[in-house]
Amino acid sequence: MARPLDWQLATVAGVHDETDAVRSFSLTLPAWTGHRPGQHVDLRLTSEDGYSVERSYSIASEPERAPEVDITVERIPDGEVSPFLHDVVVPGDRLEVRGPIGGYFVWEASQPGPLLLVGGGSGVVPLMAMIRHRARAGAMNPTRLLLSSRGPGEIIYREELDRLSATQDGFQVAHTLTREQPPGWSGYARRIDEAMLSEVLDPLGREARVYICGPTALVESAANALVRIGLAPSQIRTERFGPTGT
Amino acid sequence: MTECFVTRGFVGRRSSGGPEDVASRIPPGQYITRDFPVLSAGPTPRTPLEQWTFTIQGLVKQPVSWSWQEFQALPAREWTVDISCVTKWTKLDMHWRGVSVDTLLEGVEIDDRAAFMIAWSDGGYTTNLPLPDVLNGQAFVAYEYDGAPLAPEHGGPARLVVPARYFWKSAKWIRGIRLQAEDEPGFWESLGYHNRGDQWREERYSGD
Repeated sequence: MARPLDWQLATVAGVHDETDAVRSFSLTLPAWTGHRPGQHVDLRLTSEDGYSVERSYSIASEPERAPEVDITVERIPDGEVSPFLHDVVVPGDRLEVRGPIGGYFVWEASQPGPLLLVGGGSGVVPLMAMIRHRARAGAMNPTRLLLSSRGPGEIIYREELDRLSATQDGFQVAHTLTREQPPGWSGYARRIDEAMLSEVLDPLGREARVYICGPTALVESAANALVRIGLAPSQIRTERFGPTGT
Repeated sequence: MTECFVTRGFVGRRSSGGPEDVASRIPPGQYITRDFPVLSAGPTPRTPLEQWTFTIQGLVKQPVSWSWQEFQALPAREWTVDISCVTKWTKLDMHWRGVSVDTLLEGVEIDDRAAFMIAWSDGGYTTNLPLPDVLNGQAFVAYEYDGAPLAPEHGGPARLVVPARYFWKSAKWIRGIRLQAEDEPGFWESLGYHNRGDQWREERYSGD
């Protein structure tokens, strides 16, 4: 029998707004065993009378930050958990957490070769853990992030991505804005499609490892398009952020 | 250690409360969803129906393989079941049509040593179940959901459904089952998820 993933009492070390509706929480964990980029944690909230809920959140931070992990949470207006996290939780609060969880949607700098990351909205979160880890580990493998957001104000981690993209270490980000583009926008301005994926993939080659995370429709269409382009299904790993994530 | 920890300021919406009969159908740590979330580890496989087969092999006297047409001719029935995914959603009263594993196994003569069933799928996915957990109406292979052919992203043309286990045990795109004497952890069971996955015991992860 494997060692159980015990619940730990994490302390909220910091809170940081990413966009109007997206906020990151830094959690310090007392017994963290480390994670691999792409993994998630479970969070449990319990009320005075014992009512309790659990949710899963992808880890946004790189393993090198241990024993601190960041989660990035989109506020779902009619949700039960995300409004609480946004509106109530402040630094110094404690939250029950266990993890890390998930062993397939993971990438580590020890895995060589070109890397294509495709994200939609808050689906960028587990990809960000990979990108941060890659930078921290000094990896130089050609890496592209294709990130789909609705509008300019909704790009999560925008400054950090643009900064990392400018470091000439092989990482570049390509943005697409599907609903609203600012004046002079030079990025893509449509939903992710086969032509867009071909362009972003081109400098990486067809052997690239691919990680796709986002809403189901985006993940389905991007994965299908990459298979049509000629990638083997075994090269493509997916994770869905459904509309039920509250 | 933390069983009685109270999260400061958390009240909760009790969306999973409601009438007593509904609350009693929600396993621990789960919440009710109305839509049908999709979770898969890779691209959705698409096997043309004319190439599709369903095979029972392993510890059986004579393996059997059905074409799509033959599979459709097997005795099927409607199922209304509650489904719980390890990612925390529970969906009540899901309507399926499909063939029970009991009916499928009537097509073979099972070796006495057979104790486990490995379901395998297009795309290489596998999941393991003890034979007693899938007999007597506890599992079926579904090809319709809500009166329509099962959509590819939900596992169509056919998927296993094992309502008493977390949904990863309900292998999408199933193509066959293999009976074995020994247990053999499947895809998620080898990646940190619980070997049995009983949602009422909250067996999410290895060691739970």
